[in-house]
Amino acid sequence: MFALLGRHTLNFFHQLGEFNLLIYKTFISFFKKPFPAKSLFQQMVRIGWDSLPVIIFTALATGAILALQTGYALMTRIKGTETYVGGIVALILTRELGPVLCAIMVAGRAGSGITAEIGTMKVTEQLDALTTLSANPIHYLVVPRVLAGIIMLPILTLITDIVGILGGMFVAINEIGLNQANYVNMTLRFLTMADVYNGLIKSVVFGIIITTIASYEGFKTMGGAEGVGRATTRSVVTICMAILFFDYIVTSVLTTGI
Amino acid sequence: MKNKKVKISIRNIKKDLGGKSVLKDVNLDIFSGETLVIIGQSGCGKSVLLKHIVGLFTPDAGEIFIDSEPITTLRGKTLDNIRSKFGVLFQGAALFDSLTVGENVAFKHIRAKTFSKKEIDKLVDEKLALVGLHGISHQKPAELSGGMKKRVGLARAIASDPEIILYDEPTTGLDPINADQINDLIIHLREELAITSIAVTHDMVSAYKISDRIAMLYDGKVIELNTPSVLRRSKNTFVKQFINGDAYGPITSVRPF
Repeated sequence: MFALLGRHTLNFFHQLGEFNLLIYKTFISFFKKPFPAKSLFQQMVRIGWDSLPVIIFTALATGAILALQTGYALMTRIKGTETYVGGIVALILTRELGPVLCAIMVAGRAGSGITAEIGTMKVTEQLDALTTLSANPIHYLVVPRVLAGIIMLPILTLITDIVGILGGMFVAINEIGLNQANYVNMTLRFLTMADVYNGLIKSVVFGIIITTIASYEGFKTMGGAEGVGRATTRSVVTICMAILFFDYIVTSVLTTGI
Repeated sequence: MKNKKVKISIRNIKKDLGGKSVLKDVNLDIFSGETLVIIGQSGCGKSVLLKHIVGLFTPDAGEIFIDSEPITTLRGKTLDNIRSKFGVLFQGAALFDSLTVGENVAFKHIRAKTFSKKEIDKLVDEKLALVGLHGISHQKPAELSGGMKKRVGLARAIASDPEIILYDEPTTGLDPINADQINDLIIHLREELAITSIAVTHDMVSAYKISDRIAMLYDGKVIELNTPSVLRRSKNTFVKQFINGDAYGPITSVRPF
């Protein structure tokens, strides 16, 4: 039992070491030539544009549900406080749910795709072929994906925030019976730019987490089509856990640091 | 093969993979301009040995010299420079699915950004013609048959005029006619371009046809190294069983049924 535990612990730190090495190599490869402009654009489309429908739906639903839950709770328990709904929805979305839900959706869509693609390249020896053709796989594959993640996640998060607030407003007006001016007014009074920045800083961290873990799991893939399937599943699970873990870390650094 | 210059020298290579000792002590010299075929059972470490030669694997012990330069200890730019002497044909061709046939063949030239589009098109047509293919440069690898993929893989391997080509099971998975066409291509490349070649295979027809010398890998070591005609008459019982394709013999000492 202890041997097994020991082996798992060793394995964990071994993988953590490999993963850190991948991040290090990725960041020093940022400045190497040729700059992968074409594939950066492709990845921005794949991670950003292609995720839009899912992101918009998630944001609408989340905003609406938040407004509904808080609105009814406030209205029935302390009469009159339901006017704060706009502020509460905006605060929760920008600081917390916007970046986190957006990142988890992108992990499911784009993260799994990155692992499956790189994993397939691994098992069909395309990664070896890249190396023999003097193209470093980290520079050729990981750099454009990580850059695309860093650029697109804040943009998607901002869209989530805005669409979520609109979704909340729609419900607040139609279900709770608030008027639009009041909702907008309350939102603007509550919300500070610090809340938005806070969420956007998180989203940059999440962008790095999604793309680097997805790439790492792709590189580690072994054992044909089955291996690619396993790697993809493990990738999404690991990314989601890492997002929640780093959400706490970043939140605590940002709130105690400011 | 006397008076020939040694192109690749493999010295005491050891490699463990997944707790199993795959290569125990491999020694081989490959001469400039010859075709050496490495034969052996599936999973005996032939491909692993091949990948050591181009620096895709680092040995646990031992060294490999390419033109007297130790590829096993080099890194970065110097390693890339040595690698550019190589062309590799992978087992499944390993074409990049996201790129067209033409972009695959001219992969290195397109990345170098020093060639005009015209020069690249010319290069692609020329290299594809060399492997007997025409007018497919705009297709995607997924649209090609297995034999065509291997040819495109070969065109990509020779695109940057390598001094050495490594073939990983060049004929595996092809029908006999396609396989023999690949054999002829390998011979053609050696004769026309004087390329040093190492091929890994368990296809004995191919091995006899394309090789100057054959090395048999068994239990992590080279157990025999000879010209095809001498090897055919080998006294070594392990070699005999393999080249004759017998189910029973010293390699498979336990009868499965």
